[in-house]
Amino acid sequence: MTADRQTLLYLYRRLSYIRQAESLLVRLYKEQQMRTPTHFGIGQEAVAVGVCGALRQGDVVYTHHRSHNHYLAQGGDFFALASELYGRSTGCSEGRGGSVHLTARESGFIASSAILGEMVAVAAGSALAFKIDGETRVAVSFFGDATCEEGVFYETLNYAAIHKLPVLLVCENNLYSTESSLSVRQPPGTDLCARARAFGLSALSVDGNDVEAVYNAAEEILQNIRAGVGPTFLECRTYRWLEHVGPNYDHDMGRTYRQRAELEEWMARCPVKRCAAKLMESQAISEQEIARIEADFDAELEAAAAKARQQPFPDASDLFRNVW
Amino acid sequence: MSERNLTYREALSEGLVQAMERDDSIFVTGIAVDYSSGIFGTTSEALRRFGPKRVFDAPAMENALAGIAIGAAAMGKRPVVVHPRADFAFLAMDQLVNLAAKWKYMFAGRAGSLPLVVRAVIGRGWGQGATHSQSLQSIFAHFPGIAVVMPASPGDAKGLTAAALAADHPTVILEYRTLYESTGPVAEDYYREEIGRARTVRIGKDVTIVAASQLVLEAIAAAKTLADMGIDAEIVDPRSIRPLDESAILASVRKTGRLIVADTSWSLCGFASEIAALAAERAFAQLRAPVRRITLPDCPAPVSYKLEEAFYPGAADIVNAAASFFGMAEGKETASNKLVGEFKGPY
Repeated sequence: MTADRQTLLYLYRRLSYIRQAESLLVRLYKEQQMRTPTHFGIGQEAVAVGVCGALRQGDVVYTHHRSHNHYLAQGGDFFALASELYGRSTGCSEGRGGSVHLTARESGFIASSAILGEMVAVAAGSALAFKIDGETRVAVSFFGDATCEEGVFYETLNYAAIHKLPVLLVCENNLYSTESSLSVRQPPGTDLCARARAFGLSALSVDGNDVEAVYNAAEEILQNIRAGVGPTFLECRTYRWLEHVGPNYDHDMGRTYRQRAELEEWMARCPVKRCAAKLMESQAISEQEIARIEADFDAELEAAAAKARQQPFPDASDLFRNVW
Repeated sequence: MSERNLTYREALSEGLVQAMERDDSIFVTGIAVDYSSGIFGTTSEALRRFGPKRVFDAPAMENALAGIAIGAAAMGKRPVVVHPRADFAFLAMDQLVNLAAKWKYMFAGRAGSLPLVVRAVIGRGWGQGATHSQSLQSIFAHFPGIAVVMPASPGDAKGLTAAALAADHPTVILEYRTLYESTGPVAEDYYREEIGRARTVRIGKDVTIVAASQLVLEAIAAAKTLADMGIDAEIVDPRSIRPLDESAILASVRKTGRLIVADTSWSLCGFASEIAALAAERAFAQLRAPVRRITLPDCPAPVSYKLEEAFYPGAADIVNAAASFFGMAEGKETASNKLVGEFKGPY
């Protein structure tokens, strides 16, 4: 199965939109007005766009602390995201959640959480509900490679396999957990797919910087899950460009846990540029059209962010709302 | 509504079954829920009536299972997760505390609410020892967003189960082992007890005994002895630790001027200390004596029956505390309720 030209154009537009949205947030974050720990996802967009692009109405998405890509890919509103980062009442979580606790339930993006592995189990729980009701909906959980070091991950693999749950577990393997490389976290030669297979899941590894590859894999996996094959593990190899949390490059902050040359290698494999190049190669889109798309998004996003900043803060008298 | 006497376990079962009849979204899972022993028989009837699609076993995976309950609840289910020993719920704390308790708040209600129920068996039984007997009320109740109830009577066991299964927030029900065979009047029809409303079990004028769970029975035994001594005790069962019915407790303390708090767990940072602080902050002027806390000795629970006898507080401790308020000699013989001695293992 391969993405047709229309689909690829759609995926490109989502990639471009998210890249620009996140780049704008990075710039604004440096103004110190977004007072919430924020984990930017620049460089990893193709995973969210490829998987979410293959989902259907009714499917649900859960994710982790590096949440913006999935929120936007699933159709979450940028104004509500920017508002949330500014701590405004118009935020998607009304200033109670911050960058790591986003929701856009109407778009199928149910929730994100900051504790590693939580949402893997939660997605399996939603899948259990679908299974009990005999629905063909699928639950998706995005998580990083470090979640594969959490116990809850393996409890969930085991359970999902027992019950053949309709859940897609998407591992964004970006090689680092905060500043810890794989070498201190996983034994040499670790194959995460082999771990998943050992629990009875189907598993597949793809180039997470190739949106078409991610989309095609997700399409096929989702079809199989809906047909009843049970849970599937999809590893997407990718790379985060910026520091673990915050708007800077590691090299600008004098950190040496990874080398600039490694970053530059991965930047050369930029998922947005690769998709654009492919479309231009097949003459599905021109350089001018790309520039126009970018300019349109830019104007839209700038306006939304500026509007978000003008919104009122939540009222202190509302402090106790939604405790119960 | 006609009433008849039921055991606590029969009442729990009836509350669950009647709630499941009314609401198809309820399912029950956890280790042993479909065993023939059925968590003291509290899930057997539900399994018989609704089958394995709604009552099913789970592996020992407490953390993920709590997350799975959250994910199912987020899709409109009402999961009941049962821990045959509450101590295993420590393994579920991340999901319950970091996610379930905060879900509605930190997503501003827009990610939905989480109507999930956690049942956990606590307390003394058959030499349960250090890691099979702990009472987790103060731990769960510490965090805003989770309701914690401790039914002491069969009537409340049924009514609070029904309430938990109708609530749109996470609720923890803590069930004390030796209560399962206790009996009391229970209405036949479906009904709910309000979560967050205390019950005054005995009206009195001389001393307030705030007692939770199994210690309500001990307080009732103590009050009989105290009456013989000329001390008229009032017993307030909070029934719910969070939300807490502060006004009912304060009203009683302001009336009697004396307060004993009996809790099934330790003192430090515990429920008894919370009630003592409440009285000190809000009823200080009416207090005629220092507040007394009847709690577990400050060591882990032992196993040997002789050590258990020394470890678990009972009616005699409550009597002695009350007697001391009136300058009476301590050491009055008061038997604990007989269920403690009659409990049979191995669960």
